[in-house]
Amino acid sequence: MPIATGSLSEDGIHVDMNHLKTGEVNLGTSIMAITFSAGVILGADSRTTTGAYIANRVTDKLTQVHDTIWCCRSGSAADTQAVADIVHYHLGMYGITNEEAPTTQTAAALFQELCYDNKDQLSAGMIIAGYDPRHGGSVYSIPLGGSLHKQSYAIGGSGSTYIYGYCDSYWKEGMSEEEGVNFVKGALREAIKWDGSSGGVIRLVVLTNEGAIRHLYLPDQDYKGPGKG
Amino acid sequence: MTSIGTGYDLQNSVFSPDGRNFQVEYAVKAVENGGTCVGIRCKDGVVLAVEKIITSKLLKPGANKKIATVDRNVGIVSSGLIPDGRHFVSRARDEAASWRSTYKAPIPLAALAGRLGGYVQAYTLYSSVRPFGVTAIVGGWDSAGALGVDGQVGSGPSAGAGGKIPGAKAGGPALYMIEPSGSYWGYYGAATGKGRQTAKSELEKLGLASGNLSLEAGVKEAARIIYVAHEDSKDKEFELEMSWISSMDGPTKGRHQEVPKDMLEEAEKLAKTALEGEDEEETTAPEGETMEE
Repeated sequence: MPIATGSLSEDGIHVDMNHLKTGEVNLGTSIMAITFSAGVILGADSRTTTGAYIANRVTDKLTQVHDTIWCCRSGSAADTQAVADIVHYHLGMYGITNEEAPTTQTAAALFQELCYDNKDQLSAGMIIAGYDPRHGGSVYSIPLGGSLHKQSYAIGGSGSTYIYGYCDSYWKEGMSEEEGVNFVKGALREAIKWDGSSGGVIRLVVLTNEGAIRHLYLPDQDYKGPGKG
Repeated sequence: MTSIGTGYDLQNSVFSPDGRNFQVEYAVKAVENGGTCVGIRCKDGVVLAVEKIITSKLLKPGANKKIATVDRNVGIVSSGLIPDGRHFVSRARDEAASWRSTYKAPIPLAALAGRLGGYVQAYTLYSSVRPFGVTAIVGGWDSAGALGVDGQVGSGPSAGAGGKIPGAKAGGPALYMIEPSGSYWGYYGAATGKGRQTAKSELEKLGLASGNLSLEAGVKEAARIIYVAHEDSKDKEFELEMSWISSMDGPTKGRHQEVPKDMLEEAEKLAKTALEGEDEEETTAPEGETMEE
């Protein structure tokens, strides 16, 4: 029997919040990625839970799959790590055998194939963001069923429900790097504030022609620092 | 060949003491008698052309195509054993389809040539098979623009793509030739089959490396070269088949297609007049004799 994550009966909609196996580690998460004037910015909170217990408060949900192609992971930690590992391998092989770095859309296509073909087994919601000189920055979202959506920006995870309004109000095309960082940071602060399953630090990755740069923002410094590095 | 009778040519995959694989060399011989094929890599596209010798008056003109489409943007033409050529094309289609199912994008020509080279080379390794009796010319256009992921609905956001480097080189025309040994090279102009020597020396005169020849001019040159290369076997009738691939904004919109009929006829007419001109220059026709064919 396929795993049902929700059902409609006479007394309303029932959502199975316990579709994970007992003890399975969940990324009840806030993740997002945006395009900006010079590339893309990925952002995530750092909370990993097993039920109500915070298994890791400084998780890194931003995972590198190639030099300047990264992904944000939400859903089952084990599933998304496995998928990211497979794509990481494929993109590495692609780069070597074709003597040309893969593009973000190649990565997105690989992620989508895995997520769609194994949709019954997986609980993985991914956002793929990358920079390549040919296409510039691009953002793809792959929600639960394994569909693929190219977007200017994407938000995901349980915390994203709280920031649709924030993002819609403050989103601008072609922001500068500083504006972009502030947009992502501001949105994730709200998500962390309102979503019980999101929290900890804010991690960002900025992807441009210059390469990948990580940022870290700590709650005890009011998410102002330490910043780049 | 002095080595005949030494026994080293009786089985595939066996080296002779001086390091040759005779079965592969015999396969090359099969190719050398095939119809002449030409490929030209122009600045804005690729042309493929082949001389089809008419072996029977009962064959329907225009039927029995020798140039095959592998993927939307790739064409193959081959000299040598025709069934081997068909099998080769079939493998190329499988490779292109397999690439698409993995990466949701058309296969780059360099990758396709590499995979086909590997496939052909495998047929030189085993005693249970013989090498391919074909030399194939693979031509195509790697998309220079941003293609969507296969099956993508809509065109995606119109904005975004920040940091794109204008003029970052991507895609363009590509031409490869794969030999029975499995070795393959990228070319500006490639020729194989019976008239290859003539065709190659004609191709060299075009100065293709400078990248100035336009696709339209390339079509005419390809037709002319096939006609020139046919001069040595004048007694046989032949039919010219040509295909082309342009960029996305060119006449074929990035697809591999047959050259349109009127354009082909125009190119053939020019080829014939060019030949006649050549004949006048080179041979001083004896008086009172009209040239007939």
